[in-house]
Amino acid sequence: MNTKIRVVQYLNQFFAQIGGEDKGDVGPGIKDGPVGPGRALQQALGDNGEIVATIFCGDNYFAEHQEEVVDELVQRVAEFNADLIIAGPAFESGRYGVACGAICQAAQQKLGIAAVAGMDEDNVGAGLYRKSIYIINSGETIARMVPTLERMAALGLKLARREAIGKPADEGYLARGIKRNEFIAKPPAERAVDMLLAKLRGDEFHSEIAPPKFAGSKPAAPLSDLKTAVIALVTDGGLVIEGNPDKIEPGRPTRFTTIPINGVNSLAADKYDAVHSGYDTAFANQDPNRLVPLDTMRELEHEGKFAKLHEFVHSTGGAHAAVENATQIGRQIADQLKAAGVTGVILTST
Amino acid sequence: MIPVAKEVGSLRAIASGGIVSPTGNPELSPEKEKAFRRELVLRALKTLQQEV
Repeated sequence: MNTKIRVVQYLNQFFAQIGGEDKGDVGPGIKDGPVGPGRALQQALGDNGEIVATIFCGDNYFAEHQEEVVDELVQRVAEFNADLIIAGPAFESGRYGVACGAICQAAQQKLGIAAVAGMDEDNVGAGLYRKSIYIINSGETIARMVPTLERMAALGLKLARREAIGKPADEGYLARGIKRNEFIAKPPAERAVDMLLAKLRGDEFHSEIAPPKFAGSKPAAPLSDLKTAVIALVTDGGLVIEGNPDKIEPGRPTRFTTIPINGVNSLAADKYDAVHSGYDTAFANQDPNRLVPLDTMRELEHEGKFAKLHEFVHSTGGAHAAVENATQIGRQIADQLKAAGVTGVILTST
Repeated sequence: MIPVAKEVGSLRAIASGGIVSPTGNPELSPEKEKAFRRELVLRALKTLQQEV
Protein backbone atom coordinates (compact mmCIF):
# COMPACT_ATOMS: atom_id res chain seq x y z
CA MET A 1 0.00 0.00 0.00
CA ASN A 2 1.38 3.37 -1.01
CA THR A 3 1.40 6.28 1.38
CA LYS A 4 -1.19 8.90 0.46
CA ILE A 5 0.06 11.62 -1.87
CA ARG A 6 -0.49 15.06 -0.34
CA VAL A 7 -2.22 17.30 -2.88
CA VAL A 8 -2.80 21.06 -3.01
CA GLN A 9 -5.17 22.41 -5.65
CA TYR A 10 -5.06 25.90 -7.13
CA LEU A 11 -8.37 27.51 -8.19
CA ASN A 12 -9.40 31.01 -9.22
CA GLN A 13 -11.89 33.10 -7.24
CA PHE A 14 -14.85 31.68 -9.14
CA PHE A 15 -14.11 27.99 -8.65
CA ALA A 16 -12.93 28.61 -5.07
CA GLN A 17 -16.47 29.90 -4.47
CA ILE A 18 -15.43 33.43 -3.54
CA GLY A 19 -17.36 35.11 -6.37
CA GLY A 20 -17.49 35.89 -10.08
CA GLU A 21 -15.79 38.54 -12.22
CA ASP A 22 -16.65 41.17 -9.58
CA LYS A 23 -14.32 39.35 -7.16
CA GLY A 24 -11.45 39.15 -9.66
CA ASP A 25 -9.39 41.50 -7.53
CA VAL A 26 -9.39 39.20 -4.49
CA GLY A 27 -5.87 38.51 -3.27
CA PRO A 28 -4.32 35.09 -2.64
CA GLY A 29 -5.81 32.89 0.07
CA ILE A 30 -6.10 29.37 1.34
CA LYS A 31 -8.83 26.99 2.47
CA ASP A 32 -8.45 23.63 4.19
CA GLY A 33 -9.30 20.54 2.17
CA PRO A 34 -11.08 20.39 -1.19
CA VAL A 35 -13.33 23.19 -2.46
CA GLY A 36 -15.72 23.19 -5.46
CA PRO A 37 -14.18 21.04 -8.21
CA GLY A 38 -11.84 19.72 -5.50
CA ARG A 39 -14.54 17.31 -4.44
CA ALA A 40 -14.55 15.62 -7.84
CA LEU A 41 -10.75 15.68 -7.80
CA GLN A 42 -10.72 13.99 -4.40
CA GLN A 43 -13.01 11.32 -5.79
CA ALA A 44 -10.66 10.80 -8.73
CA LEU A 45 -7.66 10.52 -6.39
CA GLY A 46 -9.51 7.97 -4.26
CA ASP A 47 -7.36 6.43 -1.54
CA ASN A 48 -4.18 7.30 -3.42
CA GLY A 49 -4.13 10.95 -2.49
CA GLU A 50 -5.63 13.55 -0.22
CA ILE A 51 -6.34 17.20 -0.97
CA VAL A 52 -4.86 18.84 2.10
CA ALA A 53 -5.56 22.43 1.03
CA THR A 54 -6.95 24.64 -1.72
CA ILE A 55 -5.10 27.80 -2.64
CA PHE A 56 -6.77 30.50 -4.69
CA CYS A 57 -6.45 34.01 -6.07
CA GLY A 58 -8.62 36.41 -8.07
CA ASP A 59 -7.69 36.32 -11.77
CA ASN A 60 -7.20 40.07 -12.04
CA TYR A 61 -5.23 40.32 -8.84
CA PHE A 62 -2.99 37.51 -10.02
CA ALA A 63 -2.41 39.13 -13.41
CA GLU A 64 -1.42 42.41 -11.77
CA HIS A 65 0.80 40.93 -9.02
CA GLN A 66 1.99 37.69 -10.58
CA GLU A 67 5.43 37.48 -9.03
CA GLU A 68 4.44 38.14 -5.43
CA VAL A 69 1.33 35.93 -5.61
CA VAL A 70 3.35 33.02 -7.01
CA ASP A 71 5.97 33.45 -4.27
CA GLU A 72 3.36 33.56 -1.54
CA LEU A 73 1.34 30.61 -2.79
CA VAL A 74 4.38 28.44 -3.41
CA GLN A 75 5.43 29.19 0.16
CA ARG A 76 2.01 28.01 1.36
CA VAL A 77 2.28 24.83 -0.70
CA ALA A 78 5.65 24.16 0.96
CA GLU A 79 4.15 24.65 4.43
CA PHE A 80 1.56 21.99 3.66
CA ASN A 81 4.34 19.59 2.76
CA ALA A 82 2.60 18.80 -0.51
CA ASP A 83 3.82 16.17 -2.97
CA LEU A 84 1.67 17.37 -5.84
CA ILE A 85 0.00 20.54 -7.03
CA ILE A 86 -3.01 20.40 -9.33
CA ALA A 87 -3.95 23.73 -10.92
CA GLY A 88 -7.29 24.36 -12.56
CA PRO A 89 -8.70 23.24 -14.94
CA ALA A 90 -8.97 26.71 -16.42
CA PHE A 91 -10.60 25.68 -19.75
CA GLU A 92 -10.40 28.70 -22.08
CA SER A 93 -10.02 31.40 -19.44
CA GLY A 94 -6.73 33.11 -20.31
CA ARG A 95 -5.82 34.84 -17.05
CA TYR A 96 -6.74 31.73 -15.04
CA GLY A 97 -4.73 29.54 -17.43
CA VAL A 98 -1.63 31.70 -17.07
CA ALA A 99 -2.01 31.62 -13.28
CA CYS A 100 -2.25 27.80 -13.31
CA GLY A 101 0.84 27.54 -15.50
CA ALA A 102 2.88 29.98 -13.43
CA ILE A 103 2.02 28.30 -10.11
CA CYS A 104 2.84 24.83 -11.45
CA GLN A 105 6.12 25.94 -12.97
CA ALA A 106 7.21 27.69 -9.77
CA ALA A 107 6.21 24.78 -7.50
CA GLN A 108 8.08 22.38 -9.76
CA GLN A 109 11.19 24.56 -9.88
CA LYS A 110 11.36 25.87 -6.34
CA LEU A 111 9.98 22.92 -4.39
CA GLY A 112 10.81 20.08 -6.75
CA ILE A 113 7.29 18.68 -6.42
CA ALA A 114 5.04 17.23 -9.10
CA ALA A 115 2.64 19.61 -10.85
CA VAL A 116 -0.21 19.26 -13.33
CA ALA A 117 -2.28 22.08 -14.80
CA GLY A 118 -5.48 21.77 -16.83
CA MET A 119 -6.61 24.08 -19.63
CA ASP A 120 -7.67 24.21 -23.27
CA GLU A 121 -4.99 23.75 -25.89
CA ASP A 122 -5.63 27.26 -27.23
CA ASN A 123 -5.47 28.93 -23.81
CA VAL A 124 -2.68 31.52 -23.80
CA GLY A 125 -1.30 29.79 -20.70
CA ALA A 126 -0.82 26.59 -22.70
CA GLY A 127 1.37 28.40 -25.21
CA LEU A 128 3.44 29.87 -22.39
CA TYR A 129 3.89 26.81 -20.18
CA ARG A 130 3.30 23.63 -22.18
CA LYS A 131 7.01 23.03 -22.60
CA SER A 132 7.93 23.36 -18.95
CA ILE A 133 5.00 21.65 -17.22
CA TYR A 134 2.40 18.95 -17.83
CA ILE A 135 -0.92 20.41 -18.97
CA ILE A 136 -3.98 18.21 -19.39
CA ASN A 137 -6.04 19.37 -22.35
CA SER A 138 -9.41 20.23 -20.80
CA GLY A 139 -11.20 21.41 -23.93
CA GLU A 140 -12.97 24.74 -23.91
CA THR A 141 -15.89 24.27 -21.59
CA ILE A 142 -16.70 23.25 -18.07
CA ALA A 143 -18.73 20.34 -19.46
CA ARG A 144 -15.47 18.36 -19.42
CA MET A 145 -14.69 19.12 -15.78
CA VAL A 146 -14.90 15.59 -14.39
CA PRO A 147 -13.00 13.69 -17.12
CA THR A 148 -10.33 16.42 -17.03
CA LEU A 149 -9.92 16.13 -13.27
CA GLU A 150 -9.69 12.35 -13.63
CA ARG A 151 -6.83 12.67 -16.09
CA MET A 152 -5.13 15.32 -13.98
CA ALA A 153 -5.36 13.05 -10.93
CA ALA A 154 -4.03 10.01 -12.80
CA LEU A 155 -1.09 11.90 -14.31
CA GLY A 156 -0.39 13.76 -11.06
CA LEU A 157 -0.20 10.55 -9.03
CA LYS A 158 2.22 9.05 -11.56
CA LEU A 159 4.41 12.14 -11.47
CA ALA A 160 4.39 12.31 -7.68
CA ARG A 161 5.45 8.66 -7.51
CA ARG A 162 8.11 9.26 -10.15
CA GLU A 163 6.56 6.63 -12.42
CA ALA A 164 7.18 6.55 -16.18
CA ILE A 165 4.93 8.92 -18.13
CA GLY A 166 3.36 7.75 -21.38
CA LYS A 167 2.87 9.66 -24.61
CA PRO A 168 0.78 12.85 -24.72
CA ALA A 169 -2.09 11.16 -26.56
CA ASP A 170 -2.24 8.32 -24.03
CA GLU A 171 -2.05 10.46 -20.89
CA GLY A 172 -4.07 13.38 -22.25
CA TYR A 173 -1.46 16.11 -21.80
CA LEU A 174 -0.30 18.67 -24.34
CA ALA A 175 2.81 17.58 -26.24
CA ARG A 176 5.89 19.21 -24.74
CA GLY A 177 8.11 18.93 -27.79
CA ILE A 178 10.22 16.19 -26.22
CA LYS A 179 11.49 13.34 -28.39
CA ARG A 180 12.27 9.95 -26.90
CA ASN A 181 13.76 6.99 -28.72
CA GLU A 182 11.90 3.75 -28.50
CA PHE A 183 12.31 0.30 -30.01
CA ILE A 184 9.63 -0.97 -32.37
CA ALA A 185 9.62 -4.44 -33.92
CA LYS A 186 8.44 -3.32 -37.36
CA PRO A 187 11.05 -1.55 -39.51
CA PRO A 188 10.25 1.92 -40.90
CA ALA A 189 9.56 0.65 -44.44
CA GLU A 190 6.81 -1.65 -43.20
CA ARG A 191 5.32 1.05 -41.01
CA ALA A 192 5.32 3.47 -43.92
CA VAL A 193 3.58 0.97 -46.21
CA ASP A 194 1.04 0.16 -43.47
CA MET A 195 0.34 3.86 -43.14
CA LEU A 196 -0.05 4.29 -46.90
CA LEU A 197 -2.43 1.32 -47.12
CA ALA A 198 -4.48 2.68 -44.23
CA LYS A 199 -4.64 6.03 -45.99
CA LEU A 200 -5.76 4.43 -49.27
CA ARG A 201 -8.46 2.49 -47.44
CA GLY A 202 -9.59 5.68 -45.77
CA ASP A 203 -8.70 4.26 -42.34
CA GLU A 204 -7.27 6.29 -39.52
CA PHE A 205 -3.48 6.54 -39.31
CA HIS A 206 -0.99 8.52 -37.28
CA SER A 207 2.16 10.03 -38.70
CA GLU A 208 5.27 9.47 -36.61
CA ILE A 209 6.47 12.95 -37.46
CA ALA A 210 4.80 16.03 -36.07
CA PRO A 211 4.87 18.70 -38.80
CA PRO A 212 6.01 22.13 -37.60
CA LYS A 213 3.20 24.52 -36.84
CA PHE A 214 3.44 28.03 -38.22
CA ALA A 215 1.78 30.78 -36.30
CA GLY A 216 -0.03 32.77 -38.93
CA SER A 217 0.92 36.43 -39.09
CA LYS A 218 -1.26 39.32 -40.12
CA PRO A 219 -0.03 41.01 -43.28
CA ALA A 220 0.91 44.66 -42.89
CA ALA A 221 -1.30 47.30 -44.49
CA PRO A 222 -0.23 48.18 -48.03
CA LEU A 223 2.01 51.20 -48.56
CA SER A 224 -0.26 54.05 -49.56
CA ASP A 225 2.44 56.14 -51.19
CA LEU A 226 5.90 55.05 -52.34
CA LYS A 227 7.06 58.68 -52.34
CA THR A 228 7.23 58.60 -48.53
CA ALA A 229 8.31 54.97 -48.21
CA VAL A 230 11.54 53.87 -46.54
CA ILE A 231 12.44 50.50 -48.04
CA ALA A 232 14.83 47.95 -46.54
CA LEU A 233 16.48 45.01 -48.23
CA VAL A 234 16.57 41.71 -46.32
CA THR A 235 17.65 38.27 -47.47
CA ASP A 236 17.73 34.68 -46.27
CA GLY A 237 20.31 33.89 -48.95
CA GLY A 238 23.34 34.43 -46.69
CA LEU A 239 24.81 37.70 -48.00
CA VAL A 240 27.82 38.71 -45.88
CA ILE A 241 30.65 41.18 -46.01
CA GLU A 242 33.73 39.39 -47.45
CA GLY A 243 35.16 37.18 -44.71
CA ASN A 244 31.81 36.86 -42.89
CA PRO A 245 32.81 39.00 -39.88
CA ASP A 246 29.60 38.24 -37.93
CA LYS A 247 30.16 34.52 -38.52
CA ILE A 248 26.61 33.74 -39.59
CA GLU A 249 26.04 30.04 -40.15
CA PRO A 250 25.65 28.72 -43.72
CA GLY A 251 22.80 26.55 -42.45
CA ARG A 252 20.73 25.96 -39.30
CA PRO A 253 20.96 29.68 -38.57
CA THR A 254 20.76 31.12 -35.09
CA ARG A 255 21.64 34.72 -36.00
CA PHE A 256 21.79 37.33 -38.75
CA THR A 257 24.25 39.92 -39.94
CA THR A 258 23.67 43.64 -40.42
CA ILE A 259 25.49 45.07 -43.42
CA PRO A 260 25.89 48.86 -43.71
CA ILE A 261 25.21 50.12 -47.24
CA ASN A 262 25.29 53.89 -46.83
CA GLY A 263 27.04 55.28 -49.90
CA VAL A 264 27.24 51.86 -51.54
CA ASN A 265 25.71 51.89 -55.02
CA SER A 266 26.27 48.30 -56.02
CA LEU A 267 27.41 45.08 -54.29
CA ALA A 268 30.89 44.39 -55.65
CA ALA A 269 31.95 40.75 -55.99
CA ASP A 270 35.22 41.29 -54.14
CA LYS A 271 33.57 42.90 -51.13
CA TYR A 272 30.61 40.59 -50.46
CA ASP A 273 30.01 36.86 -50.33
CA ALA A 274 27.08 34.51 -50.14
CA VAL A 275 27.33 31.96 -47.32
CA HIS A 276 24.60 29.34 -47.59
CA SER A 277 24.58 25.54 -47.56
CA GLY A 278 21.24 25.22 -49.33
CA TYR A 279 22.02 26.42 -52.86
CA ASP A 280 24.96 26.87 -55.24
CA THR A 281 26.26 30.33 -54.37
CA ALA A 282 28.48 30.69 -57.47
CA PHE A 283 26.16 33.06 -59.37
CA ALA A 284 25.51 35.19 -56.29
CA ASN A 285 29.24 35.42 -55.60
CA GLN A 286 29.90 36.50 -59.20
CA ASP A 287 27.45 39.35 -58.76
CA PRO A 288 25.88 39.75 -55.27
CA ASN A 289 23.24 42.09 -56.78
CA ARG A 290 21.68 38.87 -58.06
CA LEU A 291 20.96 38.03 -54.41
CA VAL A 292 20.24 41.49 -53.02
CA PRO A 293 19.25 44.02 -55.72
CA LEU A 294 21.15 46.96 -54.28
CA ASP A 295 22.26 48.45 -57.61
CA THR A 296 18.72 48.75 -58.97
CA MET A 297 17.26 49.90 -55.68
CA ARG A 298 19.85 52.66 -55.48
CA GLU A 299 18.96 53.80 -59.01
CA LEU A 300 15.26 53.83 -58.21
CA GLU A 301 15.98 55.76 -55.01
CA HIS A 302 17.89 58.39 -57.01
CA GLU A 303 15.04 58.55 -59.52
CA GLY A 304 12.68 59.30 -56.64
CA LYS A 305 10.55 56.17 -57.04
CA PHE A 306 10.53 55.90 -53.24
CA ALA A 307 11.79 58.16 -50.45
CA LYS A 308 14.78 56.33 -49.06
CA LEU A 309 16.67 53.07 -49.08
CA HIS A 310 17.34 51.89 -45.49
CA GLU A 311 20.99 52.10 -44.49
CA PHE A 312 21.42 48.40 -43.61
CA VAL A 313 20.84 45.05 -45.27
CA HIS A 314 19.85 42.31 -42.83
CA SER A 315 20.90 38.84 -43.86
CA THR A 316 20.80 35.27 -42.60
CA GLY A 317 21.52 31.89 -44.18
CA GLY A 318 18.09 30.30 -44.17
CA ALA A 319 19.01 26.69 -44.95
CA HIS A 320 17.41 24.06 -42.67
CA ALA A 321 16.30 26.77 -40.28
CA ALA A 322 14.54 25.56 -37.15
CA VAL A 323 11.15 27.27 -37.07
CA GLU A 324 11.83 28.68 -33.61
CA ASN A 325 15.17 30.18 -34.60
CA ALA A 326 13.79 31.54 -37.85
CA THR A 327 10.90 33.14 -35.98
CA GLN A 328 13.26 34.75 -33.52
CA ILE A 329 15.60 36.02 -36.25
CA GLY A 330 12.63 37.43 -38.15
CA ARG A 331 11.24 39.12 -35.08
CA GLN A 332 14.58 40.73 -34.21
CA ILE A 333 15.07 42.01 -37.75
CA ALA A 334 11.50 43.33 -37.85
CA ASP A 335 11.96 45.12 -34.50
CA GLN A 336 15.12 46.83 -35.73
CA LEU A 337 13.51 47.86 -39.01
CA LYS A 338 10.44 49.23 -37.26
CA ALA A 339 12.54 51.17 -34.75
CA ALA A 340 14.50 52.67 -37.66
CA GLY A 341 11.31 53.89 -39.35
CA VAL A 342 11.37 51.45 -42.28
CA THR A 343 7.92 51.17 -43.90
CA GLY A 344 8.47 48.43 -46.49
CA VAL A 345 10.78 45.46 -47.01
CA ILE A 346 11.89 43.54 -50.07
CA LEU A 347 13.13 40.16 -48.89
CA THR A 348 14.94 38.06 -51.46
CA SER A 349 14.78 34.34 -50.74
CA THR A 350 16.82 31.48 -52.15
CA MET B 1 9.17 29.09 -53.16
CA ILE B 2 5.87 30.95 -53.52
CA PRO B 3 3.77 28.16 -51.92
CA VAL B 4 6.27 28.04 -49.02
CA ALA B 5 6.02 31.80 -48.54
CA LYS B 6 2.21 31.67 -48.57
CA GLU B 7 2.12 28.67 -46.25
CA VAL B 8 3.97 30.62 -43.57
CA GLY B 9 1.77 33.67 -44.03
CA SER B 10 3.97 35.79 -46.31
CA LEU B 11 1.25 36.79 -48.73
CA ARG B 12 3.05 39.46 -50.79
CA ALA B 13 5.27 37.09 -52.75
CA ILE B 14 6.35 37.24 -56.40
CA ALA B 15 8.33 34.72 -58.42
CA SER B 16 12.03 35.60 -58.61
CA GLY B 17 14.80 34.83 -61.08
CA GLY B 18 15.33 31.45 -59.41
CA ILE B 19 16.82 29.89 -56.32
CA VAL B 20 20.46 30.55 -57.22
CA SER B 21 19.93 34.11 -58.45
CA PRO B 22 16.69 35.60 -57.13
CA THR B 23 17.25 39.05 -58.60
CA GLY B 24 19.26 38.09 -61.64
CA ASN B 25 19.60 35.68 -64.51
CA PRO B 26 23.16 34.61 -65.36
CA GLU B 27 22.08 33.51 -68.83
CA LEU B 28 21.24 37.05 -69.91
CA SER B 29 23.69 39.69 -71.09
CA PRO B 30 24.67 42.17 -68.33
CA GLU B 31 22.36 44.87 -69.77
CA LYS B 32 19.41 42.53 -70.12
CA GLU B 33 20.01 41.08 -66.67
CA LYS B 34 19.97 44.58 -65.19
CA ALA B 35 16.70 45.34 -66.99
CA PHE B 36 15.24 42.08 -65.66
CA ARG B 37 16.27 43.05 -62.12
CA ARG B 38 14.78 46.52 -62.47
CA GLU B 39 11.48 45.12 -63.70
CA LEU B 40 11.41 42.59 -60.85
CA VAL B 41 12.15 45.20 -58.16
CA LEU B 42 9.51 47.54 -59.58
CA ARG B 43 7.04 44.67 -59.38
CA ALA B 44 8.05 44.08 -55.75
CA LEU B 45 7.48 47.75 -54.95
CA LYS B 46 4.08 47.57 -56.59
CA THR B 47 3.22 44.46 -54.55
CA LEU B 48 3.99 46.39 -51.37
CA GLN B 49 1.18 48.75 -52.33
CA GLN B 50 -1.37 45.98 -52.83
CA GLU B 51 -4.06 44.80 -50.45
CA VAL B 52 -3.65 41.09 -49.65
